[in-house]
Amino acid sequence: MVSNNTQESKSESKTVIIGVGNEYRSDDGLGVIIADKLSNINPNGTRILKQNGEPTLLMDSWKDADKAIVIDAISSGASPGTVKRFDAVEKPLPSQLFHYSTHSFSLADVIELARGLNRLPPSLIIYGIEGKNFTNGFKLSTEVEKAVGKIVELIIKEVRV
Amino acid sequence: MTKKQKKNGTKTKTIKVDYLARVEGEGALYIKSRGNKVTDVKLKIFEPPRFFEALLRGRKFEEAPDITSRICGICPIAYQMSACHAIENACGVTLDGPIRELRRLVYCGEWIESHTLHVYMLHAPDFLRYASVIEMAKDHPKEVERGLQLKKAGNEIMNLIGGREIHPINVCVGGFYKAPTKKDLASLTEKLKWARDAAIETVRWVSNFSFPDFENDYEFVALSHPEEYPFNEGRLLSNKGLDIDAIEYDNHFVEEHVPYTNALHSILKERGGYFVGPMARYSLNYEKLPPLVKDAARAAGLGPVCNNPFKSIVVRSLEIVYACDEALRIIDQYEMPDKSREEIVPRPATGFGCTEAPRGILYHRYKIDDEGTILDAKIVPPTSQNQKTIESDLYHFAEKYLELSQEQLTWQCEQAIRNYDPCISCATHFLNLQIERE
Repeated sequence: MVSNNTQESKSESKTVIIGVGNEYRSDDGLGVIIADKLSNINPNGTRILKQNGEPTLLMDSWKDADKAIVIDAISSGASPGTVKRFDAVEKPLPSQLFHYSTHSFSLADVIELARGLNRLPPSLIIYGIEGKNFTNGFKLSTEVEKAVGKIVELIIKEVRV
Repeated sequence: MTKKQKKNGTKTKTIKVDYLARVEGEGALYIKSRGNKVTDVKLKIFEPPRFFEALLRGRKFEEAPDITSRICGICPIAYQMSACHAIENACGVTLDGPIRELRRLVYCGEWIESHTLHVYMLHAPDFLRYASVIEMAKDHPKEVERGLQLKKAGNEIMNLIGGREIHPINVCVGGFYKAPTKKDLASLTEKLKWARDAAIETVRWVSNFSFPDFENDYEFVALSHPEEYPFNEGRLLSNKGLDIDAIEYDNHFVEEHVPYTNALHSILKERGGYFVGPMARYSLNYEKLPPLVKDAARAAGLGPVCNNPFKSIVVRSLEIVYACDEALRIIDQYEMPDKSREEIVPRPATGFGCTEAPRGILYHRYKIDDEGTILDAKIVPPTSQNQKTIESDLYHFAEKYLELSQEQLTWQCEQAIRNYDPCISCATHFLNLQIERE
């Protein structure tokens, strides 16, 4: 079961998957779309959330988790659909990749704020997926759409690690 | 980037910030001085004009609140409210009772959320000399946690009444798609009681910051209502004689295009630049504040009028106290309406709406036809109304403090801009700082 923002579904595992994005901004909605796909599979009864990147909601969502997996779109100039994996507990995210936010705080900012407040989970893995089109719209670009299946498989493997 | 040079034996100085951090959107500042005089100030806004006004033409009148709420992720309620009021004005409808109260309540949520974000995350680091709230959090975790929880209280109101906290979806012309039950609203009470105490603690915290000695004789412009601190309704008043209905707005205010910025500058035709936002609302509506807020203001050393823009952080914090208190009042007195919205029948007319966004008055005007198609739209956001006054502040502030080091002056000029919580996304129709000393 997938839940929006502050709503939480029942969980059996202490892992949480958080899809971050704005589904009205084309490829920026990728994290949310992946969360929807994963909810149909529900790997290991994992808690799955969809969020907009608001700092308190993000920090609250991984509050009791042993492991959090966050999926967000990035813009680095790589080929659309390219997947990059980051261990955010080990070191800060490259802020130039995670700067898409109209709400003052990028995902990289929220993670550093959480680090300063000792509110990071024991494990925090970030999947950044290269987007192509971040303008108004509901559809993923073709290249990003093609990568969805592979990303879902990667996240399922990540849950089982 | 900074540079000093000598021209004809006179010291020149440039302060340039190419990208202003901790403001909503993108902008830049350029200040030039020669000797002990500031010779040029330019506040530049880079985000391209968004052409929302053109986008609205040909759309149905019911679409105006949702389309315009997309202009800003921080103050979508303000856009929805001004749009609803303007359309309802065109259709000859005024709403009262629980729907009016719910509109004030959802606005309380937006003020709490937006003001707290600015006070704690964007402006406090200026006063405590941190580059950002991330650095500040390491030394002041208790305060930052308090700010995050306070902001969340605002988000929860937005979520419950608006359907979600960013770009809410439950507001419509005529009211709300769905009205909450009394029990729904009661679920917010305990959190809001905590938030009201936390907001009073916020006022105490920020009132102990160090404020530059800087005051100006501003023309404050805000809504004023005989019975309440303003959100959605009232006449447009100023401390220099303006007293008009929103219908008369275009007779008194004009927007000017300025070559170096994508935002328009709004001025009063008779007197030029003016000041909107928390300090204007507070100074024109102090008597409408409940004793709790007046007591907090007194304890913070503020009288009924505040002319030091650096103390806007105190006034903004007082408005958080007010918004929490007002939200609790509304929740306590609320009775669920029989229907959540009034049916609004279009008629060929022009409607005017002006409401108090967190950053100040937000004016909307729509001309619609008999089928409710929008023929023409005009939107004047608060940041474009404050832009001329921000430049004037920078001119006077930089000249008064030219002896400061380049680093210190640059820092405080950025702080002077943030006094206004400028929302560049709204005004582009925003920041990066350059001070050039000749």
